[in-house]
Amino acid sequence: MPFYLGPAYLGFPSPASDYLEGPINLNEHLISNPAATFLLRAKGDSMVGACIADGAVLIVDRSIQVVHNDIVVAAIDGDIVCKRIKFKPSPCLISEHADYPPIIIVGDEGIDIIGKVTAVINQFV
Amino acid sequence: MTFALVDCESFYASCERIFRPDLRHKPIVVLSNNDGCIIARSTEAKAMGIPMGVPWFKVKDTYLKAGGVVFSSNYVFYGDISSRVMTILKGLVPELECYSIDEAFLGFSQLPTHCNLYDFGCHIRCTIGQWVGVPVRIGIAPTKTLTKVALYQIKKQHIASNVLQLKSDALEAALVNTPVGEVWGIGRRMKYHLNHMGIESAHDLAISNEKVMRNRFGVLLERTIRELNGQSCVGLDRSLREKKQIIVSRSLRRGMSNIEDIKVPLSNFVARASEKLRLERQQCKRITVFIRTNPFSKGAQGSFDMSESLSVSTNDTRQFIRIADSLLKKIFRPGYRYTKVGVMMDALCKESLRQGDLFEGTDNMQHELMCSLDAMNKQGANIFFGSQQGTFHYPRSQMQVSPRYTTSWHELPVVS
Repeated sequence: MPFYLGPAYLGFPSPASDYLEGPINLNEHLISNPAATFLLRAKGDSMVGACIADGAVLIVDRSIQVVHNDIVVAAIDGDIVCKRIKFKPSPCLISEHADYPPIIIVGDEGIDIIGKVTAVINQFV
Repeated sequence: MTFALVDCESFYASCERIFRPDLRHKPIVVLSNNDGCIIARSTEAKAMGIPMGVPWFKVKDTYLKAGGVVFSSNYVFYGDISSRVMTILKGLVPELECYSIDEAFLGFSQLPTHCNLYDFGCHIRCTIGQWVGVPVRIGIAPTKTLTKVALYQIKKQHIASNVLQLKSDALEAALVNTPVGEVWGIGRRMKYHLNHMGIESAHDLAISNEKVMRNRFGVLLERTIRELNGQSCVGLDRSLREKKQIIVSRSLRRGMSNIEDIKVPLSNFVARASEKLRLERQQCKRITVFIRTNPFSKGAQGSFDMSESLSVSTNDTRQFIRIADSLLKKIFRPGYRYTKVGVMMDALCKESLRQGDLFEGTDNMQHELMCSLDAMNKQGANIFFGSQQGTFHYPRSQMQVSPRYTTSWHELPVVS
């Protein structure tokens, strides 16, 4: 005679038990290519116009092809910056704040696009 | 059959550059635990003539004066970057063997036959460079041993694309230009014997008599000879390699000459080693304790070790601490200033294959006890044995460690 040690539910079974989906997973929602995605922390207010506040966490996917008008993270003169990139009329990096002038890119020297910013996390607490 | 070997260029130094564009063309060296020796060098540091493995203090002044940059090893970060590289490779080529933190073998048997392997290698290199920011070299050849030869040729000839496919027409020239000591599996002693027989290059070895060589050196060398001739004998090892030994040791910055002082770090290393053992679901049958003085100091020099074999394998921290303690008492000699203490566990076997002892008492609780201990410590509890006098936060002297960029919220790279 088999003897089962598992629990037996005596009440009415949950009507939702066939529809369980698990909690929402933010990683799944925000990061499509984890191996190529890095988190960086924004410092300063130069991108407030693009809703990137001081201290925001940037989600950067290096595998996505960057196009005109994307917000990117790039290395320039040994620094890493977050800016909007324009390829036309001539390539430059633009801040989203009136106090910061655009950075004109001359030739290929000195700029290396690290990746596209795919999302921003601004935390209020 | 076609294999590829993907090798990250100066891996640790390249990792340090990912979030430091200012270091792009600067010489970088990375130091071992406790900042003892140089364990990785960027191309620029190699060009300065900095040797591998040299004690840091010997080259420190001249290196820094020449503008070199130094890092303590940041294994948390390197490990994360390595697993990203492996994940990407696996997405491109399903047949993968992670050979080390910065090398992987790929099997190309499932690729369509019309696929240009050189172009595919370039595609792999480009993808990893863009997605992670680490440069790789790729050697493609009919056998694993020959992929190593291909990589050696890339380094030696400074092949700009960093991808080389060894085809049959170029094979002989590559083998002639590869010293036999660079061949996969040929160690220093073997090289010595081979050189004595007049075998200098990989080509000399490839055309040597297989049978004679097998009788003299064994079947492994025969296999190497066949592999050099394009006959694949070693397939991809896709199983997770099991460790053969576990060593936990550190240099003690100040040095200790009192046995009671040494017991504390030793107990900590034993606890850490036992934890690693359990993490891998293994047990061990032999434990070795070693202590030694600093070979670069002027004081009395000594290096002592002793092992004890257990009748039954175990992974119980309590038992190991007792044994380590008694071993330490046996090897300890006063009058020396010990700067290195460590423990080694070997003769490992799987927990599930454990052979019991007819006369051992059954201690069913020990397994559960150790599991609970590990689980609680993993959740941040601070449970330790009396002799440890605290959990494993042994002061490591790492002066130049970079942030844990990818694994800690508090250390994310900053952009302006």
